[in-house]
Amino acid sequence: MSDSKFKNPIVAWIDYRLPVFTFMEHELHEYPTPKNLNYWWNFGSLAGIILVIMIVTGIILSMHYTPHTALAFDSVERIMRDVNYGWLIRYVHMNGASAFFIVVFIHIFRGLYFGSYKSPRELLWMLGVVILLLMMATAFLGYVLPWGQMSFWGATVITNLFSAIPIVGDTIVTLLWGGFSVDNPTLNRFFSLHFLLPFVIVGVVVLHIVALHQHGSGNPIGIDTKSPQDTIPFHPYYTIKDLFGLGVFLIFFFGFVFFAPNYLGHPDNYIEANPLVTPPHIVPEWYFLPFYAILRSFTADALIFLPFSWLMTAKLAGVLAMFASIMVLFILPWLDHSPVKSARFRPIYKQFYWLLIIDCFILGICGAKPAEAPWTYISQAATAYYFLHFLVIIPLLGFFEKTKPLPTSISEPVLKGGGGASVAAGAKPMEKA
Amino acid sequence: MVSSGDTAEEAAHGAVEGETRRDFLMLATGAFGAFGAAAAAWPLIHQMNPAADTLAASTIEVNLEPIQPGQRVLVKWRGKPVFIVRRTKEQVKEAGAVNWSGLPDPEPDSKRTQKPEWLIVVGVCTHLGCIPSGSKPSEVKGEFGGWFCPCHGSHYDTSGRIRKGPAPKNLPVPEYKFLSDKLVKIG
Repeated sequence: MSDSKFKNPIVAWIDYRLPVFTFMEHELHEYPTPKNLNYWWNFGSLAGIILVIMIVTGIILSMHYTPHTALAFDSVERIMRDVNYGWLIRYVHMNGASAFFIVVFIHIFRGLYFGSYKSPRELLWMLGVVILLLMMATAFLGYVLPWGQMSFWGATVITNLFSAIPIVGDTIVTLLWGGFSVDNPTLNRFFSLHFLLPFVIVGVVVLHIVALHQHGSGNPIGIDTKSPQDTIPFHPYYTIKDLFGLGVFLIFFFGFVFFAPNYLGHPDNYIEANPLVTPPHIVPEWYFLPFYAILRSFTADALIFLPFSWLMTAKLAGVLAMFASIMVLFILPWLDHSPVKSARFRPIYKQFYWLLIIDCFILGICGAKPAEAPWTYISQAATAYYFLHFLVIIPLLGFFEKTKPLPTSISEPVLKGGGGASVAAGAKPMEKA
Repeated sequence: MVSSGDTAEEAAHGAVEGETRRDFLMLATGAFGAFGAAAAAWPLIHQMNPAADTLAASTIEVNLEPIQPGQRVLVKWRGKPVFIVRRTKEQVKEAGAVNWSGLPDPEPDSKRTQKPEWLIVVGVCTHLGCIPSGSKPSEVKGEFGGWFCPCHGSHYDTSGRIRKGPAPKNLPVPEYKFLSDKLVKIG
């Protein structure tokens, strides 16, 4: 054991029997990382940190929360008023959900821009889509727990989506409810599942990281690292960069928590659930708005529904389209068969990328507006464009786009001085070795 | 690779030059970070302490008017039983006459009451937290006429003092105050 790389004898003793320290050294310290990562690469670790924050605050909230229709709303108010720092913990959890989605959406769009989903990282990307789906389920279940008006009617609307399934739809909805409407059995199982799913997310995140470390991080140039000169150890270079990003993020996040904790929420959710009165204007949380717009854009008279009208109801088409808007991400690695990863070398793709972002924002705005003209037409057009982007434009670009020449190595643009100041600063990290 | 770099750095700066500017920055940053982590952890721990509504319910007032001489009543205070006994003159005399210096938890009866007639003690056995029997007339009161803990056989006397058995301490006297002759506030 004297040849152990750990000086501390206790660490060496443990590591000889259970190599956790070797594992951490290998995956968090030595882990070779491309030296040209920019700040868009901060959002993965940031998402991981928020997941931890959500689990910690969530476990605390569950110590004070009562999952019963008669007591849930009051128990949340008790957390806000009586529990020591309960207001802080709940606001962190509430805004943490929004922050989680902001960070994950940026993380996903980072992947879209720099082609992070391409070979050999298809499974890494697909695991990420699974995480997104689990996050959406968890967020929805959690939003029901305070048992306010939005909780109740959100739960009613979302569970009713399943009634669109032909023949067995109503049976499935009854199964989900445990009754004939959203009621106490529903609240109890939602609480149970809301507690469970984050740990499932942790499991998939572990797989996501295993898949990441198999081939290492991508990078803004999108070409493989070819020599040790192209990489730097994860620690201290990216630990410190991630920590700095975390600091900036926390300022932004706690700005919301302390100064506008309910800005992203809906005031109706501070009215206790009433199964006999639906609020006049039901909207989901902001992170579901684009999907909600896709759902609503399938009406019986909508042009985009026409090709499917012989096959199914508009209701079913809307539900399927909403799920398809995420499922399309699963097959994206095969829809996009351009060999070039980074949008920096794909001039046409880059423009369509920004159009897609604008399209998603338009869908988000439409989702927040009432379902009436002109918003219905705008969201129908935006929905059509969303699928056009993934199912038509992306595959065609693989054939017709003329890409720019790729550099021969990560270091090349740096050495030529073409990479900007921040990249140039990282050009000589190996001087100490 | 990096650890060897650290060693080289130590050799270059630590051993040769003594403390460096970098050491100072590392320490200052570390201390700042540790302080921040502690400040962030505090709300996460403090939330487990009694909440405001729990604290608000932590005092009770008891009307002593209906309690007859020799009668024992049991009230709930902070989730625990409190024994209130209106002792007869004989019981007070008997409790005061005990040679208390030899008891397991030596304490004179006069130190355990504000008014000798009224004994107010927390009814939780000091051994392992069971409730001693003896509050109802039909219950076993133990060898010393006070209370008897059924869990492990501790005997308490009419002053609530431990006399026999495994319990180490007398039944604790809660903080209380006579608001009037017939009204007491506990807590």
